[in-house]
Amino acid sequence: MEITLSPLESSLSKTFLTSIYQVNDGGNIRTCLQCGTCSGICPFGYIMQYPPGKMVGALRTDIFDQVIKTDSVWMCVSCYACTEFCPSDIPITAGLMTRAKEEMVLAGNIPTELQSALENTQRYGNPLGESPRKRADWAMGLQPEVNILGKTRQPVDVLWFVGDYASYHPRMVSATKALAKILDALGIKFGILGPEENSDGDSQRLAGERGLFEMMTQKNGQVFKKYQFTEIITTDPHAFNALKNEYPSLGISYPVKHYTQFLAGRIEQLKPLLKKTIQTKIAYHDPCYLGRANGIFDEPRDLLKAIPGVELVEMSHQRTNSLCCGGGGGGMWLDGFQWEKAHTRLSEWRVREAVAANADILAVACPYEPPRFEDAVKTIQTASHLKVRELAELLAEAMDL
Amino acid sequence: MKIAVPVKFVPDLVEEFTIDSSGAALDTSWLRLIINEFDDHAVEQAVLLKERSGGQVTVLMAEADGADDFLFTAAAKSADQLIKLTGDFHNCNNHALARAFANLLKDLKPDLVLTGVQAHNDLDGAVGPLMAEYLSLPYVGYVAGITVYGDKVIARKEYSGGLVAEVEVKLPAVLGIQAAEQPPRYVAYSKIRQVMGTANIEESPIAGLDLSAGTAVSRMFQPESTERATMIDGSVDEVADKLVAIFKEYGTL
Repeated sequence: MEITLSPLESSLSKTFLTSIYQVNDGGNIRTCLQCGTCSGICPFGYIMQYPPGKMVGALRTDIFDQVIKTDSVWMCVSCYACTEFCPSDIPITAGLMTRAKEEMVLAGNIPTELQSALENTQRYGNPLGESPRKRADWAMGLQPEVNILGKTRQPVDVLWFVGDYASYHPRMVSATKALAKILDALGIKFGILGPEENSDGDSQRLAGERGLFEMMTQKNGQVFKKYQFTEIITTDPHAFNALKNEYPSLGISYPVKHYTQFLAGRIEQLKPLLKKTIQTKIAYHDPCYLGRANGIFDEPRDLLKAIPGVELVEMSHQRTNSLCCGGGGGGMWLDGFQWEKAHTRLSEWRVREAVAANADILAVACPYEPPRFEDAVKTIQTASHLKVRELAELLAEAMDL
Repeated sequence: MKIAVPVKFVPDLVEEFTIDSSGAALDTSWLRLIINEFDDHAVEQAVLLKERSGGQVTVLMAEADGADDFLFTAAAKSADQLIKLTGDFHNCNNHALARAFANLLKDLKPDLVLTGVQAHNDLDGAVGPLMAEYLSLPYVGYVAGITVYGDKVIARKEYSGGLVAEVEVKLPAVLGIQAAEQPPRYVAYSKIRQVMGTANIEESPIAGLDLSAGTAVSRMFQPESTERATMIDGSVDEVADKLVAIFKEYGTL
């Protein structure tokens, strides 16, 4: 590898570093100790040619142009583990890794699988490439009918931002229906945007497509303005993260809760409705964008504990140290790429942990997870007894809905 | 070298199609249009040739919902000139489209015309050979790779069974692109937005469409079920049992 030091000239390393300084707390990158914690805690750090710590080293030695010629930054699942444990509080996920992916996208160094998810988002408003007209098809046949705001134009208390995977993914639809039933049972006046809803864009942003994220933000912002509601709830922690932490800086600001927060706030109303006993051991998986990125650890656990018969067990990675399912930061659209590099999936690692914790059920609260973990269960021999359930599915079952 | 890439939009298969009241055409009220995949490859191949040996790339298409976005995306991939044919393209067929492109290409005088080898809505032949005929230029289709040698190109033409022929063609010529040498690239949306502010789409009004020699659709319909199919009802086990019985009856088991 040829190393050229050119301290007096402007270089990609320098312009890149300057762009990091502009991220919140970005200046902290100057205080990197090169301790290697980030690269060690990174679930795929061992595969990356330039894990975060080494990337900082490359920036300091002015060889960042060599970093973006490699492709292993696409192993980053934006799970915030590095950021959580960085002793210098460097915004590694939001700053370093996301900016690196942005450079990769600009340079056209992007795996084909990811490319189609981004193209689909641009064209259809969802990464799955589904028709926007079918976004509310999951609600067909539900009684009472789900209020699609574009049709009824009624003011509601709660705008439910359903999100991409919860709207379209065949495995997730049952969980989406379950949440609709729970909201009805609690007498919540809610509505959805249906065909007018666009992807929240957060995972596309974290996969380096900032422009596309802004396009989605604008589209959603314009639709929010059309309707009357008091607060937003989301199925997807990524949508929650976008609406809570990213949309406001683009002028779109509404009170927002993840549905587990929203339901936990009504737990006293919920408890008498949880009549059916589910005698089982449940391990709860902290989704990165609910837990580590946004500090919501207890609410989902409180909801699970409220179900009669449930014994909550913990996996070895939990709360701030939770292990990513592998779907974040574009990972949802890089399955083949990451498999080629790693020959393992983070979801498989996680399923083994659930088995080791003696869980009967792996409970999740992110729509990326049921399909990812169910696929993993099929490949892990010792996990054949393990069921993967979305939290809303478990609540609805206990409520006999 | 001047490379022209005439492209067209086709109905997007992501939407379910309905047939309009005439019974001979698709209902366009819900129809989404998308770039013909082969044309997208033609644009990529043109950009690759430009990157490799220089030149000027002109992308041409008929006006339609989303045409500007497509042209700007092509510009972001480094296309130099964008031309949008304007006029009434209702009921346009490939003969008419090829004539409209040919009229424009007579003035543009490109050295090389690249276009998608086919499209899923081709009813009256592909645009490429029709254009070549109207321009009196040679045509080679099913091309997946091009090397330029002065005033000639070697086109790698795909045949069935995995055979590839290298065909030498004297320029100017029309090539029907089966696949670019690499998949069409992704352009960051921020780049496209940047281009929207700077690139210019030239509008070229067409005098009218000459639909002659095209096909006329007399009836369009969903595939109709016939009496031949037998639907087997029941649980998975029952269906399996009945299937086994049927296979035995027909002697396949």
